[in-house]
Amino acid sequence: MKAPELVFLELGVIFIGVSLLGIIARRFGLSPIPLYLLAGLFFGQGGFLPVTASGSFVTVAAEIGVLLLLLALGLQFSPEELSASLARHRPSGVVDLALNAIPGLVIGLALRWPWPAIVALAGLTWISSSGIIAQLLGDLGRTANRETPAILSVLVLEDLAMAVYLPVLLVVLSRGGFVQALVGVSMAVGAVTMALITATRASYRVGRVLSHTQDEQVMLRVLGVTLLVAAATQSLGASAAVGAFLVGIAIPEDLAERARAILGPQRDLFAAIFFVSFGLSTDPRQLVPLLAPASALALLSIATKIATGWYAAARDGVAPRGRLRAGLTLVPRGEFSVVIAGIAVAGGYPEVGLLATAYVLILAVVGPILARYSDSIAGRLRLGAAPGHR
Amino acid sequence: MNFTETLLPGVGVRYDATTRAGVALSIVLDREGGAEVATYLREDPDAVDRCFRFSPHEAAAIAEILGGTRVGTRVADLSKEVPGLCSGRFTIAPGSRYDGRRLGDTKARTRTGCSLVAIVRGDTVLAAPGPHEALHGGDIVVAIGSELGLEDLGVILGMTPEEDAFPVPAPQGR
Repeated sequence: MKAPELVFLELGVIFIGVSLLGIIARRFGLSPIPLYLLAGLFFGQGGFLPVTASGSFVTVAAEIGVLLLLLALGLQFSPEELSASLARHRPSGVVDLALNAIPGLVIGLALRWPWPAIVALAGLTWISSSGIIAQLLGDLGRTANRETPAILSVLVLEDLAMAVYLPVLLVVLSRGGFVQALVGVSMAVGAVTMALITATRASYRVGRVLSHTQDEQVMLRVLGVTLLVAAATQSLGASAAVGAFLVGIAIPEDLAERARAILGPQRDLFAAIFFVSFGLSTDPRQLVPLLAPASALALLSIATKIATGWYAAARDGVAPRGRLRAGLTLVPRGEFSVVIAGIAVAGGYPEVGLLATAYVLILAVVGPILARYSDSIAGRLRLGAAPGHR
Repeated sequence: MNFTETLLPGVGVRYDATTRAGVALSIVLDREGGAEVATYLREDPDAVDRCFRFSPHEAAAIAEILGGTRVGTRVADLSKEVPGLCSGRFTIAPGSRYDGRRLGDTKARTRTGCSLVAIVRGDTVLAAPGPHEALHGGDIVVAIGSELGLEDLGVILGMTPEEDAFPVPAPQGR
């Protein structure tokens, strides 16, 4: 590490910059994620103010940020909610995957990218941003809306499917064969099942080992276990992020609630560093030629997500107007598209990172706006909201 | 009023019901204990019209007014109105005779003439519990009856598993 004062200076400037951007984002009702990416572009290589001294710290902190994002995601959902979503909305999850991988496939093929990059691209058009959407539902006062359970179920299933998709992506990126991919999938499915069983059967024991009256102890124990499991899954060839997600699922409900509150600030800090660092590693000058494909990708995947939401909400007996709301609410892509792109970049496909940056910048901004004006769009389209449809 | 329950993954639980006046109503309870009460638009019954948000503290206070306190008040009013009728609250001590047994096992009415009108368990109140309702340590049983009957009931509910005061009177022979 270079002179400490330089590191402090850079980190201080980054944190204050991120804080200001967060305020701007909230002011316009936007997610801060695209602004964090922009901040990264600004400070990064080829940007206006390149960061050099704090590079190694930022790299490690960004990795931890990914782990904490997925840990928080696992803590968010209880096993009952996962199994209820699986039971009720499994077809929606399948439709979601089938439709939303298409834009990534099409654009990837059109760009004549190698297969591993296309698989990553299909993944990042598939996964909606639970973070942005959960915030959006609260902000728009739509938590009690009839289409909301369908939206949340689709998000849960995507997140659960991520635990299987990420190991597959890693195998594909390392140019592994079909057998290796199959081994990866079965290991991932086994690990997810084990985590769910742990959560339901051994929750008492897990809770006793991890919980303590002092918040500090809970933080250290949960973080420690998360890092250990992440190290284990990474060395097994599955992604470290999957390990963190599984730890989140396995933690019993009452402790999960506490852990969410205790680890919230850490997650916010490290996740912000992750988004900024993703922008840092992207050269804005290389971004310009990718704006056109990114826009095409965004347009296509808006259409496919509308279809997904439409289908899922219709399964719950929601009228067309509500179906459109569900579809448009699912449009934002964010943290997990960036996580997938990060893995692809680490696997030697920097073009995925560039395209993902432009793509997430577009959809994380356009998505919430579309969701907000969903009902006026429905009015223009003369979509009905027939009562008694339920 | 029947509530249908819907899980909202990552948020909490939604309870839906329609009031007798025909108003569709939803209550969303989030994990932190906060609540949201919403009504729906006439022209779009899938979308929230008005929505009241309550902090965990406010939700608890409202639940208290609607639930626990009201049952308590009713019982108190009842005993005031009818002379000679009293009400009492008895805690089922953990490990005592009726911890884990059913309400009917106490044979309270046969033995003491008292009626058990509610069980208070933590924050919830079970009004008019049936004889099959299980009792747990820490439950508070609300009863009404004569002053003497309530005294006896207190002794019965306070028994250890070994004790057996006030045996159930054998059925009278014809």
